[in-house]
Amino acid sequence: MTEPAGALHARNFEATHERLDLPEYERPQGLHPPMNSPGYKSTALRSPARPLVLLPQRLTEVTGPLFGSERVTESEADLTRAGPGAEEAIGQRIIVHGRVLDSDGRPIPDTLVEVWQANAAGRYRHKVDTWPGPLDPNFTGGGRVVTDEQGWYRFTSIKPGAYPWGNHYNAWRPAHIHFSLLGRAFTQRLVTQMYFPDDPLFEYDPIYNSIPDPKVRQRLVSRFDMEHTRPDWALAFRWDIVLRGTGRTPMEEPHED
Amino acid sequence: MKTEAPLGLTPSQTVGPYLRLVLPWPDGPDVVPEGTPGSFVLSGRLLDGHGDPVPDGLVETWQADPAGRFNHPDDPRGAASGPASFRGYGRCPTDDDGRFWIRTLKPGPLPTPEGGQEAPHLDVSVFARGILVRMATRCYFSDEEAANRADPVLSTVEEDRRETLVATAESGGYHWDIVLQGPGETVFFDV
Repeated sequence: MTEPAGALHARNFEATHERLDLPEYERPQGLHPPMNSPGYKSTALRSPARPLVLLPQRLTEVTGPLFGSERVTESEADLTRAGPGAEEAIGQRIIVHGRVLDSDGRPIPDTLVEVWQANAAGRYRHKVDTWPGPLDPNFTGGGRVVTDEQGWYRFTSIKPGAYPWGNHYNAWRPAHIHFSLLGRAFTQRLVTQMYFPDDPLFEYDPIYNSIPDPKVRQRLVSRFDMEHTRPDWALAFRWDIVLRGTGRTPMEEPHED
Repeated sequence: MKTEAPLGLTPSQTVGPYLRLVLPWPDGPDVVPEGTPGSFVLSGRLLDGHGDPVPDGLVETWQADPAGRFNHPDDPRGAASGPASFRGYGRCPTDDDGRFWIRTLKPGPLPTPEGGQEAPHLDVSVFARGILVRMATRCYFSDEEAANRADPVLSTVEEDRRETLVATAESGGYHWDIVLQGPGETVFFDV
């Protein structure tokens, strides 16, 4: 039997390199919600009962898919237009923008950002969303953008509505936009939600409040950004996303433009 | 350059029930295109603490190429060899029976910074409604017994739970279920 090619490579590598020098990503403690959060009932059967096992960060963990502009078309950055020929979606137009950085302050360029949201009435275009909020034939609710070389992303949408859900009696989700980020390594993968300032539903929402530290929760709240509103057209909200860093690179002067 | 306190990390939230609006890609499960020599299908089911299928989840995989290399700047050995169409990354939403699948090639073994070797494996992320933080696990292969016995990660897992991380060879590929909770609970990692 022939030896697998990988074993040969691994041996050759050991022969020619003293040491495999890999970045080490910080491991946040107490930042994320506990996986079993009794207030959010769906966690009950979908969270592990056994403790997590510590996984050292080796090659598979410190690498990851580097997808960027090749997976995105320009029209995907505008959720107000469902497609060619569609009318404009109904609702308050918004521009959502910000930077994707690591915790060392380093921008994460050319990385895929995927977003999805309810329409202005709080209804998702999805078969399992059956509450009697109106659907908008011109709003599908999904978008994709990539960050530029300084880590900036930007898309246009309409402000999503709040909506009821079945978690408990009279449960309502605060208005939010879902975000999915690949980052540059398996360790950086993040799925989260962006909220809007001063939402009166925050105090009632078990998903928002699943984050243990109230100050950390506020990192999910965008800020109204008067400077980037488009006169006679759209409001703007700014939201920066910070993925795990390695502590290796000193922070450089951020570019504000 | 100046030194500043690190920025505060963005916390995680659930992917929710509506991930199908954007996350599935038509070619998501294709780590390599259909017909790639040596390719196989890895499939299984995502199950909850009652053993019921999770029909609204998303399973993602990340892996080395057959030579055990990554096309990534943090793999100091340089660009991967192998077919140019090899993406390394797979993504599949679960269906009504909780089923997911990817089409891929077996990754090679990997050198570790400590001078050891990791057995061929995929890193796997699981997302679903009710999962507030990405659940990370690994998938090894049942026909790599010797490599698995020497693997530095498997050896840190209690012996009677290791098999939850090993896909079983079957005709045309491998079978591997992910159990979120309860009897046969898959080992999940703090990455």
